[in-house]
Amino acid sequence: MSETIIEVRHLQKTFGNHTVLRDMDFTVREGDVTSIIGASGSGKSTLLRCINLLERPSAGEILFHGKPISAKGNDACAYRAKVGMVFQSFNLFNNMTVLENCMVGPIKVLGKKPEEARATAMRFLEKVGMAPYVNARPRQLSGGMKQRVAIARALAMEPEVLLFDEPTSALDPQMVGEVLSVMRQLAEEGLTMIVVTHEMAFARDVSSHVVFMADGVICEEGTSEEVFGNPQNPRTQEFLSRFTNR
Amino acid sequence: MALPEANDFFGWVAYILNEYGSMLLSGAWKTMVIAVISTAIGCVIGFAVGIVQTIPTNRQENPVHWAVVGFFKALLNAYVEIFRGTPMMVQAAFIYYGAAMLFDIHMGTWTAALFIVSINTGAYMAETVRGGILSIDPGQTEGAMAIGMNHMQIMTNVILPQALRNIMPQIGNNLIINIKDTCVLSIISVVELFYNVKSIVGATYAFFPAYSIAMVIYFILTFTCSRILRVIEDRMAGPDSYDLAMNDTLMGEGMTKYRPRPVETNADYRARQEQPETSEGGM
Repeated sequence: MSETIIEVRHLQKTFGNHTVLRDMDFTVREGDVTSIIGASGSGKSTLLRCINLLERPSAGEILFHGKPISAKGNDACAYRAKVGMVFQSFNLFNNMTVLENCMVGPIKVLGKKPEEARATAMRFLEKVGMAPYVNARPRQLSGGMKQRVAIARALAMEPEVLLFDEPTSALDPQMVGEVLSVMRQLAEEGLTMIVVTHEMAFARDVSSHVVFMADGVICEEGTSEEVFGNPQNPRTQEFLSRFTNR
Repeated sequence: MALPEANDFFGWVAYILNEYGSMLLSGAWKTMVIAVISTAIGCVIGFAVGIVQTIPTNRQENPVHWAVVGFFKALLNAYVEIFRGTPMMVQAAFIYYGAAMLFDIHMGTWTAALFIVSINTGAYMAETVRGGILSIDPGQTEGAMAIGMNHMQIMTNVILPQALRNIMPQIGNNLIINIKDTCVLSIISVVELFYNVKSIVGATYAFFPAYSIAMVIYFILTFTCSRILRVIEDRMAGPDSYDLAMNDTLMGEGMTKYRPRPVETNADYRARQEQPETSEGGM
């Protein structure tokens, strides 16, 4: 059995009086592609943001290689460098070119030499098919191109886990296709990924583990075949009926 | 040069330029030096204060950090409010004479001038920088956090370069205000343009001609600066085109310039559609 990378234990998150995550428990092992599906507002993105410490969990803990990440004195920056994140709104640095976007992290955070960082960045930009656009600025690219650069930027940090927060929700169908094919390729290469997505076909075909969330709790989880092929929970059945009956 | 008639405006202008030209030039030079250096120092102060003001703190998580940063934030707030809220002319007198009386520090007028205009500009720039930082999409910060950058790295690499571009018009504004406002430094006898014009008036009693010349010189200084700043701003926006790295055997290797295709107007389109017909008709 492969090594456990991330363990979420009794995670809770409240914003004021509003409870978004009630009691989350799940485990991500090396090489897993975990898809988190569910209706909007069910807490999927909040869960992902908690895992990357962009939001502080209100209670419970998240273990990274068995060590709690939210413990006092733990360096959040060093942790985030190992856990990459791809956002719905891309969040490319607007003041940098495509290449600089992919080089700044390795140079500033990992302390790599510029030539080394350039080589790594070019390797990943080629992988996502954006190598010709190294000198372009984000505002000159289409959404799909931006998202592919954002993936290359995250990969350039050579993270242990890559989190995707609805990476295709802001894109048109053609761009969705180009981004998903990159993600599919990464999954096949064995990258550990946690993907919050509304792309059910992608979740079904690519993920090894599917988590269905509703109202801040996990309603159902299991392998892709279990959740998509034979959902047990009525809420899962209802949610997926719109997809499977198409 | 002989004295002109009392109501001979152009005569007096010529006389003043001839007799006191070098005095006016040196005054204008000093005004510019004070304005440019102080605006630059003020920007540095403003950026430093702006960075501190936007440090995120969390009372529950790290109370010591929260208290220390909170203390400095309050201190800097007081600085901003006091220097924004009092006239620079009064500040100049207050600091210059106060330093001498209370602390026995006798600043040169030159030091005093740079000091006062700098911290005054700093107070304004602090708020401008804070606004510039807040104007940047929070997604930029999150993107930088997600690759493990700390507050300082996020600020210097991602946020401030973008904020700087957004606040360039305001920096220009401050420079122009400083060029004009150095005239209040005459209260502590800083020998800049306005001080020299006043001296000329004192010597010639040619009020209107002397102040007319001052008007023109001040306007030339500010207008030149605003044009130069506009050019710098345009440069910072960067080009609309970019180099596309080509690896296509048909196109050859290396870089080609990509330019957005010019949009064809409807009139041009119609003209192009009609052209083949007319050429056929000619045959």
